[in-house]
Amino acid sequence: MEWLTLTIDGRTVSVPKGTTVLQACRMNNIPIPTLCHDPELTATGSCRLCIVDIEGMRNLPPSCVTQATQGMVVRTQTEKVRDARKTILELLVANHPLDCMTCQKMGSCDLAKYAYEYQVTGEAFAGGERRHLPIDDSNPFILRDPNKCILCGKCIRACEEVQGRGVLDFSHRGFNTQVGPAFDLPYAESECVFCGSCVSVCPVGALTEKQMAGQGRPWEVKKVQTTCPFCGTGCNFDLNVKDGKVIGVTSNPEAPVNGRALCVKGRFGMDMIHSPNRLTTPLIKKDGEFVEASWDEALSLVAEKLGEIKAQYGADSIAALSSARCTNEENYLMQKFMRAVIGSNNVDHCART
Amino acid sequence: MKTMKTLLDPCCGRCTHTPETPCRDYVRCQTEGPLCHDDPACRMERERLLRELKTEVGSQKQAVLFCTGTGCASSGSNKLIEIMDAEIKKAGLDVSVSTRPTGCHGFCEQGPIVIIEPAKTFYTRVKAEDIPEIVAKDLVGGERVEHLLYVDPTTGQAATTYANAPFYAKQHRIVLHNCGHINPERIEDYFAQDGYRGFAHALQDMKPDEVIEEVKRSGLRGRGGAGFPTGLKWGLCRQSAGDKKYIICNADEGDPGAFMDRSVLEGDPHSVLEGMMIAAYAIGADEGYIYCRAEYPLAIKRLEIAIKQAEEVGLLGDNILASGFNFRIYIKAGAGAFVCGEETALIASIEGKRGMPKVRPPFPAQQGLWGKPTNNNNVETYSNVPHIFRHGADWYAGFGTEKSKGTKIFALTGKVNNTGLVEVPMGMSLREIIFDIGGGILGGKKFKAVQIGGPSGGCLPESLLDLPVDYDTLVQAGAMVGSGGLVVLDETTCMVDIARYFLNFTQKESCGKCTPCREGTKRMLEILVRITNGEGKEEDIETLEKLAGVVKSTSLCGLGQTAPNPVLATLKYFRHEYEAHIRDKQCPAHACSALLTYTIDEEKCKKCGLCAKNCPVKCITGDKNTPYRIDASACIKCGTCMEKCKFGAVVRA
Ligand SMILES: Cc1cc2nc3c(=O)[nH]c(=O)nc-3n(C[C@H](O)[C@H](O)[C@H](O)COP(=O)(O)O)c2cc1C
Ligand code: SF4
Ligand code: SF4
Ligand code: SF4
Ligand code: SF4
Ligand code: SF4
Ligand code: SF4
Ligand code: FES
Repeated sequence: MEWLTLTIDGRTVSVPKGTTVLQACRMNNIPIPTLCHDPELTATGSCRLCIVDIEGMRNLPPSCVTQATQGMVVRTQTEKVRDARKTILELLVANHPLDCMTCQKMGSCDLAKYAYEYQVTGEAFAGGERRHLPIDDSNPFILRDPNKCILCGKCIRACEEVQGRGVLDFSHRGFNTQVGPAFDLPYAESECVFCGSCVSVCPVGALTEKQMAGQGRPWEVKKVQTTCPFCGTGCNFDLNVKDGKVIGVTSNPEAPVNGRALCVKGRFGMDMIHSPNRLTTPLIKKDGEFVEASWDEALSLVAEKLGEIKAQYGADSIAALSSARCTNEENYLMQKFMRAVIGSNNVDHCART
Repeated sequence: MKTMKTLLDPCCGRCTHTPETPCRDYVRCQTEGPLCHDDPACRMERERLLRELKTEVGSQKQAVLFCTGTGCASSGSNKLIEIMDAEIKKAGLDVSVSTRPTGCHGFCEQGPIVIIEPAKTFYTRVKAEDIPEIVAKDLVGGERVEHLLYVDPTTGQAATTYANAPFYAKQHRIVLHNCGHINPERIEDYFAQDGYRGFAHALQDMKPDEVIEEVKRSGLRGRGGAGFPTGLKWGLCRQSAGDKKYIICNADEGDPGAFMDRSVLEGDPHSVLEGMMIAAYAIGADEGYIYCRAEYPLAIKRLEIAIKQAEEVGLLGDNILASGFNFRIYIKAGAGAFVCGEETALIASIEGKRGMPKVRPPFPAQQGLWGKPTNNNNVETYSNVPHIFRHGADWYAGFGTEKSKGTKIFALTGKVNNTGLVEVPMGMSLREIIFDIGGGILGGKKFKAVQIGGPSGGCLPESLLDLPVDYDTLVQAGAMVGSGGLVVLDETTCMVDIARYFLNFTQKESCGKCTPCREGTKRMLEILVRITNGEGKEEDIETLEKLAGVVKSTSLCGLGQTAPNPVLATLKYFRHEYEAHIRDKQCPAHACSALLTYTIDEEKCKKCGLCAKNCPVKCITGDKNTPYRIDASACIKCGTCMEKCKFGAVVRA
């Protein structure tokens, strides 16, 4: 591999060829604020917050889309750079509802984080025009407040590049630019499958998990990594637990199988945990009524009945249909049990039909 | 013997050229043929047709040329041709006189324009009822119709021919040479003017690298705005790896007031095709797109005709002129977003995506249309190219300045006597363009500034009138050549208002992708609106300058990077006007209505009451015994009272 040597804030660093200036900084723990950049998505260089000063370049180039070159001299914290970043943040905040107190994103909001870091108060450009767009409350899963949208375009790319749906895009021009489904339709009327990939990448409170609204602040929540019980894919994610109660799910980029991608069930279906309708013990029908039973009792009953049927009608009269919610291992065990214990080849699976 | 109906017909059965069996000498044969056999009869036929197409001095036949560009056509020039045809027939002149529709002369305000060749007589603002007079007096009688001649507003003299009208006399028309003279819907007219000779020469006598060298030597720089050296650009695209490459012609022309590309496309579409063909050969492309704004239906129509004709004679298609070179051109109509003129947005738009600029690198020369190496040039850039290959790079480099070669077309508008398209050698001074060609300031008013380069450009004051117009000098002065818009402003124009006007345009046309351009131009505009409304604050200038700096240095594409220019240039040269608005709540040009006050000078007032009678909101009171006064709180600042007062007693401040 070819290595490049460059100077960042006076430090000499070496990075492999093909590295962007932003990556070079991050590899060396040099902080750069970013809003539109995401390592898993195509870089568009649109928020312009990651600008740096590079010797010999006319303007302030965005580090996320600038390739590092041999001998490059980069400065990330000059007064000019910091002032320009501050102005960009002021511009974003000037067109943003300062609802942090009630905003679900507070505590994990990138805009709020950088506004704090750069001491942007919201006073600059006060009195200027602001958007007043309707909030999209059309579905049970995703709450979309376009007034908080900073038009970073990450949701567009996540939907297109991760989920392969292409539901979202920019519309209108200039100050009136928006992000959303075609023809400004609400999510519910669009081709959206509610996978929530867009929510998982949104850096601000423009796209949030509706179920979690008002349920807990990020710093109050314990994240418990788990595997999704809904299907055999084995997606990992974090249960957000507050006071012993699961208030929702956030995806975890480190998840080995799925990264941040989830489906609607995994991301938004975990409210079933606390559902009063949920079965917590086996039920056995006695005298026409379902009655709660212990696992031992239930399993014994099943074994007994299977044995009886096999004795009376033969092994071939028994078939097993397993579920796509089971893992490969569980499905393997199921067919092994049928063949070795019951002695039947009648095995099938719901996903095959 | 069989006579040829048009130059395109084979002179006799010995001509073998068809698109399927191409003859390599086809193009030269049009003007010098026949080349494959020697037959005086064939030669005479060709010469006869050529003479008709060219109507040169001494020609026995006369031609009446009607401009059918968008400007003249909208004032009825197509109808005039019909009337003229009928009148010519009636007078029995149809053997010796023909009519010809042409493209634009660039002097649209004088349209419809009619030219009589070979005498070069130049008639302006011709109406239907003038046609019989032109036939009787000029075509039959050989005399000029005096009242239709163009009269120079400064000298009061009539121009006998277009060549000695001051508007044309100082121009040097290379790109516009054919515009207004040939029929743009006939390829044979283009052939008669040595059309496609440059392409045939490049294709047959030069290797692609030599073609690129020649363009480099000519010094041609892109006419689309930034002035990037064209030969260098072609070379980069040629060097890019890949066997599939594209050519794009940028005909999006979105600058308000600019119409040079439209005129070239409407008046001489083959010159653009020829330039693209030379580029395609040099780069190794086999397909080309012309991205033309849908608001130019006539340009699109003429391009379609031109492409079809070029295909029919085998200049587009496979194995062009038996060289093995294949090339096809398609038209893509753009839906009219200004930002789609930016090349990466344009490419996205051709691909069917939203027209939004992308980060460069990769440049289109590396990864352009459908990810393939692509060369994009402007219409005017391409139409310069055939001339370089007809006359040589040295000839071309003889025009212009050291670093800006050739000529440039400007769209001269605003408060100037002659408005229209002017093509001048690079390096001509602003003064010559505005005062010699443009005939000076309208209504004898005082010159104040000239806005060059459209919304990306800047305003230059009187002290810079002797500045030579070339790429680098203008950028240094805070303006730019841009697409060539030249708006002349007089003493009645408010410079803050001008900055507001251009920023309003760019702000609306921003694609919204990057923060500084989308949000920053909006806030700058709000400040300018505030200032012109008389609500400016002391810190506004500082805020404007700070925002302008950030928007320029951090925006993604050229739109944002240049949007603050009109503000910065006016702040640089006319800062006092900003200060007068903010501090004194006054508009020195008396243009910002919110800042005007009307009062009546009691000394001069003769108490006639005319102002009070005419005031639309009846806010003037007074009678024979009480002085007339204006109620400032009710006045809507319409200026009627001032207009009506015969004694100059109404004062505006
Ligand atoms: C906002 C914007 C609008 C533009 N519009 C046009 C246009 O209408 N026509 C054009 O030729 N170039 C336009 N350009 C410049 C093109 O991006 C490109 O530089 C040019 O077409 C290159 O051609 P040239 O090298 O022949 O000048 C525009 C650039 C920007 C940033
Ligand atoms: S999105 Fe961020 S900055 Fe905006 S209201 Fe929510 S927490 Fe505050
Ligand atoms: S939820 Fe999924 S499908 Fe719906 S818009 Fe977001 S990313 Fe696209
Ligand atoms: S909704 Fe969120 S992710 Fe999408 S563009 Fe707006 S801020 Fe970015
Ligand atoms: S149900 Fe959805 S989230 Fe759960 S494992 Fe399957 S795909 Fe993943
Ligand atoms: S500078 Fe303006 S037009 Fe260009 S990409 Fe940014 S927002 Fe779009
Ligand atoms: S400017 Fe118009 S409204 Fe004002 S006093 Fe004169 S006439 Fe009346
Ligand atoms: S993170 Fe680089 S431009 Fe947004």
